Amino acid sequence: MEVHRDDEGSKIGMWLFLFTEMVLFSGLFIVYSVYRYLNREAFHQAAAHLDVALGTINTIILLASSATIAMSISAIQYQKKKQALALLTATVVLGLVFLVNKYFEWGEKIGHGIYPGSETLASYGHGDVLFFGLYYFMTGLHALHIVIGLVFIGFVIWYIAKDRITHDNFSVHENSGLYWHLVDLIWIFLFPLFYLIT
Amino acid sequence: MISEPKHASEPSYLEYKGKHKGILAWILSTDHKRIGLLYLYTIMSFFVVGATLGLLMKLELIAPGKTIMEAQMYNVTFTLHGIIMIFVIVIPGLPAVFGNFFLPIMIGAKDVAFPRLNLLSWWVYIAGIILVLIALFTGDGPPDTGWTFYAPYSFKTAGNMLPAVFGAFVLGFSSILTGLNFIVTIHRMRAPGMRWLKMPIFPWTLYGTAWIQLLATPIIGITLLMVAGERLFNIGFFDPALGGDPILYQHLFWIYSHPAVYIMILPAMGAISEIIPTFARKEIFGYKFVVGSTLAIAFVGYFVWGHHMFTSGMSGTALFAFSILTFLVAIPSAIKVFNWISTLYKGSIRMETPLYWALSFIFVFMIGGLSGLMQGAVAINVHVHDTHFIVAHFHFIVFGGTGFAFFGAMHYWFPKIWGRMYDAAWANTGWIIFFIGFLSLYGPMFYLGLQGMPRRYYDYDESFHGGNILSSLGAIIMIAGAMVIIVNLIRSARKGAPAVADPWGGRGLEWKIPSPPPLENFDEIPVIK
Amino acid sequence: MENSSHHIVPYRVYLIILAILILMTGISVAVTQIDLGVITIAVALLLATVKSAFVLIYFMHLKFDNRMFSIMAVGVFLMIGVVIFVTFLDYLFR
Repeated sequence: MEVHRDDEGSKIGMWLFLFTEMVLFSGLFIVYSVYRYLNREAFHQAAAHLDVALGTINTIILLASSATIAMSISAIQYQKKKQALALLTATVVLGLVFLVNKYFEWGEKIGHGIYPGSETLASYGHGDVLFFGLYYFMTGLHALHIVIGLVFIGFVIWYIAKDRITHDNFSVHENSGLYWHLVDLIWIFLFPLFYLIT
Repeated sequence: MISEPKHASEPSYLEYKGKHKGILAWILSTDHKRIGLLYLYTIMSFFVVGATLGLLMKLELIAPGKTIMEAQMYNVTFTLHGIIMIFVIVIPGLPAVFGNFFLPIMIGAKDVAFPRLNLLSWWVYIAGIILVLIALFTGDGPPDTGWTFYAPYSFKTAGNMLPAVFGAFVLGFSSILTGLNFIVTIHRMRAPGMRWLKMPIFPWTLYGTAWIQLLATPIIGITLLMVAGERLFNIGFFDPALGGDPILYQHLFWIYSHPAVYIMILPAMGAISEIIPTFARKEIFGYKFVVGSTLAIAFVGYFVWGHHMFTSGMSGTALFAFSILTFLVAIPSAIKVFNWISTLYKGSIRMETPLYWALSFIFVFMIGGLSGLMQGAVAINVHVHDTHFIVAHFHFIVFGGTGFAFFGAMHYWFPKIWGRMYDAAWANTGWIIFFIGFLSLYGPMFYLGLQGMPRRYYDYDESFHGGNILSSLGAIIMIAGAMVIIVNLIRSARKGAPAVADPWGGRGLEWKIPSPPPLENFDEIPVIK
Repeated sequence: MENSSHHIVPYRVYLIILAILILMTGISVAVTQIDLGVITIAVALLLATVKSAFVLIYFMHLKFDNRMFSIMAVGVFLMIGVVIFVTFLDYLFR
């Protein structure tokens, strides 16, 4: 069978996949909004425990990484392989920094006995249990998506190095960009919901 | 209307020899036709399992009190019957079998857009089944929650829920991949000249179905992950003891599982819309209305989930809204019934097995659909909620609808798939036995439910005995009919008389190519004028 | 099929968008430090929505791609919105 290549088709496929990801997270947003509505005061208090500065830094890191991967796609089209590789490496580094920050943030909370199922958390009351349950579940699932995205970008870097992605065949590269922007998009909503609305 | 593609003497997809041999030539094949048959064989094998579990339940209910199993065993049996029938058989059902096999052919393509992804979704499907099976044979006993996994029981029970929950999650993922593949295929691979409104009805219904698969399935995915989170980490989302709301679980579960009903029924309607015009020897009546109602069902069906929860303690406003939305979704379904009947009107009807199935489909679908409307009214719903009335209703839709359409499609496309004719006399005999068995199995349940017999109990009051005897006898008759049908099909696939390219005088592209189709379907991509 | 007719977006555009996004992040942090109750929540979510629109339109190329992608994306967001609305028909009136 002849090799069938359809970049537009694979882009539609990627977008459809992103839609399923959005719906996946929207299930959690429904849970969040219902429990916020039912436990307004407790959510208000609990959110104050999170470090706004750290959250802001992580937001800026992710936004910047989104810009670098978008630029790398322009670079590959300009046939500037080295710039593309540098920009993608920058994206990976920024993603890793985000995860390291997340690690310290979670570690600090767990150190204070705030984690699902803990006695300390249960003693704070129902609203806090739900808030932190959602916090761990949603940021955890988001972090998992970052890890998957980093692996995906790792493959793209390797393909570019091997010249399997070039200026006239970069559909995989473009799709990795779309995936990474989705991760950014979700964080844009997670950030105000958990850190800002206090 | 359609330019005749040239017929070559290349081997059919059944005889084609690739780089793998034996069973590997099938389970590693990216040919959409072979993948369709892989799904068919898997689904039919599990149909035997699911039907056996159903028969065991009917035998238990043949007399009050313990007949053949204890209460706990009965709970496990209906749970497994539900999980297997819904997630393993009916949801993949028509799209995965006939969609895979015929979608590319009907739109004039050589394969789906992503053939390797297509094979992957079959493997993911098998992985999901294995997880469900692990739940059966390991841990502290099989799941006993019913297929709905309602919280908080689903994370309090000692039954082995985690593998079952992950299994359902993985099966959902397979369903998403199939849907994604179909949407891209329909957008990108239609033959030149096949504009959207020239596309046959079956691909249209697959398109609507694929969107539901894509946009509803992730909700059950995340919900099942949350249930897993409850069991593993005690996150408390649905645990009233920690401030969670079990009704929210029901909302999330039905946000997927109601649209899932349309995943089951839309392709069934599509298959019926192919069968009826062929055997009435007419174009389908009101093509645009059939297409429009397909999309309308897919869309409105998304917002009616609350009618499964009328007695859960929702607000009055929600009851009102869901009741109205439920009535709305009946309109496009009824439009389709009118279209089928009008297609038959003044047609030059040729009575063949697929048409028998299609006509009985309309009959049982009407009963199932109208009893559904009754339950859309809150007052009646409160009375019949969780009774055998509900069991009868959804079996009329899911089994009488999807199941009958599946068997109809099976006979309709049988000559194309295997290049042989089935034995019509046996096929018709099987159908009439099955149909009688079906009606006597599920018909009495309407009556029992109205009398107040609850579902999901292994025991019942003496006053319900008569109806249950009839129902259990119906189950035995129906199973006998199913055996006649399946044995006849297997025999005919091996020994039937060779089929011509177009045994029915069908109009679609699938009838323009040899039976069975060659590996690449078309020598040259057909051009639709 | 037009496999290589892509619009190349200059670096400058992405950098400008990044600057706007960071600015908006700063604004939303600043605004939410003042407690205005419901208005705070509304402003924070509105800014998040505008930010995500920028990401979708520029970073994800909706502006430069076939209109079909935009239509699908808007449709999916509307659907999610309606599902949340219908769910709240229960909780708001319970």
